[in-house]
Amino acid sequence: MSFISYLITGISLGSVYAIIALGYTMVYGIAKMLNFAHGDVIMVGGYVVFVAVSNMGVNPYVALLISMATCTILGVTIERVAYKPLRGTSPLAVLITAIGVSYLLQNLALLIFGADTKAFTSVVNVPNLELFDGQLTISGVTIVTVIACIIIMAVLTLFVKKTKAGRAMQAVSEDRGAAQLMGINVNGTIALTFAIGSALAAVAGVLLCSAYPSLTPYTGSMPGIKAFVAAVFGGIGSIPGAMIGGILLGIIENLSKAYISSQLSDAIVFGVLIIVLLVRPTGILGKNIQEKV
Amino acid sequence: MKKLKTMNKNTKSNMITYLMVIVAYVIVQIFVVTGNMSSLMEGLLVPVCTYVILAVSLNLTVGILGELSLGHAGFMCVGAFASALFSLGMKDSIENDLLRFIIAIIIAAVSAALAGILVGIPVLRLKGDYLAIVTLAFGEIIKNFINAIYLGVDANGLHFSMKDTMDLGMGADGTVLIKGAQGITGTPKCSTFTIAVILILISLVIINNLVNSRTGRAVMSIRDNRIAAESVGINITKYKLIAFTISASLAGVAGALYAHNLSTLMATPKNFGYNMSIMILVFVVLGGIGNMRGSVIAAILLTLLPELLRGLADYRMLIYAIVLIFMMLFNWSPQFINFRKKMMAKIKKDKKAEKEA
Amino acid sequence: MKMKKLLSLVLTAAMTATLLAGCGNAEGSADVATTTDGSAVFKIGAIGPTTGSAAVYGTAVMNGAQIAVDEINAAGGINGMQIELNCQDDECDAEKSVNAYNTLTDWGMQALVGTTTSGCCVAVAAEAAADNTFLLTPSGSAVECIAYDNAFRVCFSDPNQGIASAQYIGQNGIASKVAVIYDSSDVYSSGIYEKFAAEAANQGIEIVAAEAFTADNKTDFSVQIQKAKDAGAELVFLPIYYTEASLILAQADQAGFKPMFFGCDGLDGILGVENFDITLAEDVMLLTPFAADAQDELTKKFVATYNEKFGETPNQFAADAYDAVYIIKAAAEKAGLAAGMSPSDVCDALVPVMTEITVDGLTGEGMTWSADGEPSKAPKAVKIKDGVYTAM
Repeated sequence: MSFISYLITGISLGSVYAIIALGYTMVYGIAKMLNFAHGDVIMVGGYVVFVAVSNMGVNPYVALLISMATCTILGVTIERVAYKPLRGTSPLAVLITAIGVSYLLQNLALLIFGADTKAFTSVVNVPNLELFDGQLTISGVTIVTVIACIIIMAVLTLFVKKTKAGRAMQAVSEDRGAAQLMGINVNGTIALTFAIGSALAAVAGVLLCSAYPSLTPYTGSMPGIKAFVAAVFGGIGSIPGAMIGGILLGIIENLSKAYISSQLSDAIVFGVLIIVLLVRPTGILGKNIQEKV
Repeated sequence: MKKLKTMNKNTKSNMITYLMVIVAYVIVQIFVVTGNMSSLMEGLLVPVCTYVILAVSLNLTVGILGELSLGHAGFMCVGAFASALFSLGMKDSIENDLLRFIIAIIIAAVSAALAGILVGIPVLRLKGDYLAIVTLAFGEIIKNFINAIYLGVDANGLHFSMKDTMDLGMGADGTVLIKGAQGITGTPKCSTFTIAVILILISLVIINNLVNSRTGRAVMSIRDNRIAAESVGINITKYKLIAFTISASLAGVAGALYAHNLSTLMATPKNFGYNMSIMILVFVVLGGIGNMRGSVIAAILLTLLPELLRGLADYRMLIYAIVLIFMMLFNWSPQFINFRKKMMAKIKKDKKAEKEA
Repeated sequence: MKMKKLLSLVLTAAMTATLLAGCGNAEGSADVATTTDGSAVFKIGAIGPTTGSAAVYGTAVMNGAQIAVDEINAAGGINGMQIELNCQDDECDAEKSVNAYNTLTDWGMQALVGTTTSGCCVAVAAEAAADNTFLLTPSGSAVECIAYDNAFRVCFSDPNQGIASAQYIGQNGIASKVAVIYDSSDVYSSGIYEKFAAEAANQGIEIVAAEAFTADNKTDFSVQIQKAKDAGAELVFLPIYYTEASLILAQADQAGFKPMFFGCDGLDGILGVENFDITLAEDVMLLTPFAADAQDELTKKFVATYNEKFGETPNQFAADAYDAVYIIKAAAEKAGLAAGMSPSDVCDALVPVMTEITVDGLTGEGMTWSADGEPSKAPKAVKIKDGVYTAM
């Protein structure tokens, strides 16, 4: 019974990673850059909801929409100001700028909201599910997170495969130059990707803070890195891969804490990642890139 | 003089770098000796040198080998702990500070090189961002692992545990050398500015000689075109591993400097986590990938910057972040580069006009 | 390419200029501090993280010290000297902490309140011992923080807290089956845990589960909670800070696990977490020298001032720092410090009197110090009842 319980909490943790990883993977797939500031956009999303709900008494669902709008604007602005001027140069340069943006967001939040922890009021008010006479409890947040994760994944997949804008994204991701020649607005497509990724970050922020109700300026950074690992795990650039990677990461993390060592669980998670990448060098669902001579 | 002219361009450029380090050293020494150096600056000398070594060593991996490594701090961590452990254990056996420190540095270099080989064999089979994430993973594993190590010594010899100090089961006379999260306390303070500068010069000589050797050219050919390199019979794995191991080993040396500068050594996310690895990468990218002199300058500037911004109090790190973004845009963005070129041309034109007039 | 070179050259030149200017300034102010005899000031430095993930603690220390300094200055200062306070950020990194210390030395600091965190404190203590600067750490609880003669502390040491907690639980028969959830990557937490576990054996307490987490892995505690639940723990000992504890309480509640919770001084502040559902903390017991809800005049006044100035309820770190400034004042008055003394002379004067003074502060009445730097004061056991701390 406890095994099932560990499994469920693992899925719960994993689905939060998965939603963050979806944003990571979208941006990576199209812009070919590791957006290290993604985790901090999540934190901003969390703070927006916190301020709206606790200080201004806005309805939580309206607050979520406000947060998504804020993060979308923030994401597009960051892209325009900090990343776009560097397009076409070394991907490392953009990576470093992303780190600069990450520091900037953290320190701005620190100045505005202070360093002390804010307890986040859960936006989700689905009751806990009790099974087997209370021996097994599945929290409402877990249910919502998993469902949200599946819906987002499905919608994103449909969007990318079926809509014109989505197909433009695929084209840009495949070959930026060729896409431009075919009349696709590359800059617009990349901006759209950042907008979607950042809106997803807002959702992820709210779910993260609902499941783990503590909010600090650094809330986003570690889950951000873990989600990055999850995205690579599943095959970076692949939307279903991000979800599978995230959930697997959560499960492995919790099971290793439970059965091997709670002290060394980080090491174990990263160890599994290394083994997976050695066996499948492009992640679980990653495409094998054929090398052309 | 004639020799200087016939010298090849690379060697000349290297000489300038060495000269720059030596001149900087002399100037700083003059300030120190005449007592004109503030305590803050004096305290920063060894850390700055540590970061310079880290930056040039990572530049070997990123710039020359052409692979992105996000786990450089892990090798620094290995070197730091190995050397600190040695110094602490041998504190009474080897009286001569300098001798003990030199051995400690060698131990740091060797242990970090071993870690480099261990990590390098599996990692170097991967490519691009996947390689980056695996190095990040290794860095985190090293840090996590060291945080769980307990090591003690008593009359019966060494005791080791992964749980806690009680688990060591030591006699009453035992002393704990590594105490889990608290790490190693009481490392003798041996790092001096002079030693640090000598180590920088050694690192630069090693890297520059490697780059200009047959091995270095093989490594760079792998970076530029792996398939072509392989087809002319270059052993990819071997050369990649050589560069990676040397890079790791130099990071270990920097770790030894770090460990012997502070009386406490803990593996925190701040000093040996991915944050530090990324920080070193920032030095490398800002200074110019593959450009050793740039790494040296960038490491010095970016280490001093947050300290010089202390006057800004709460806004310190915010300004630091903004400066970092701006410097990246200024150094890398095509628009800025064009703008700079235009300005340059204009200045030249003006000067010409002035001369003519 | 040429421009780039030019840029780096310009930047280097600018840097060197600021560097030298920095030196000049620093030298100048140091001279002022030691040579002015007219305007009497006493310079106290404080170090703690005000950025980074431990910023909460450093900020509290800075704020607490500031309140004490303002009060003392308003009341006429120390022996007629006004206190100047300079707070420096160390990002909770030992190396940065030494930088902060050196910055303060350049400024002319005569006594140090710091550093806030244990790891940094060990590094700075070595530097302060070499310079012979008086060091009083408000909250550096690791044993090694005060390894040198010139170092003292306000808070309890880690071993002290671990042993006291085990004794309290054992002697009052609170529980016999105990689970511990601790931060294995944190000096404070693992230090307390070790001594607690050692003493628990003497007290007949059985530790049924000892689960760790790390700084990189502190959002999800479901496994640790589940293991404690499965092991049948009656009480969960939390030698951790309140930030993580608030998460553990919330997640234990979600998992339907309702044991007793027992913590140390790091847990104080849990009721001050903005928006925290305080019913979750009902019946939590903690051994702390300071409780923000205590009804004595001193605490009430301090909490009111803190609230007014910083809009928050102070935690134990703020109280420790507040006391630290007053302890320095008491020692300085006893030693009869005059203006313009060098840091080394100040240290030589303060160290011998530290063992002679008795201070009534927020974190204890009748605090005294032994020559090794440890304070002697009684921990208060408090229990959270209806959202307020009540003495047990």
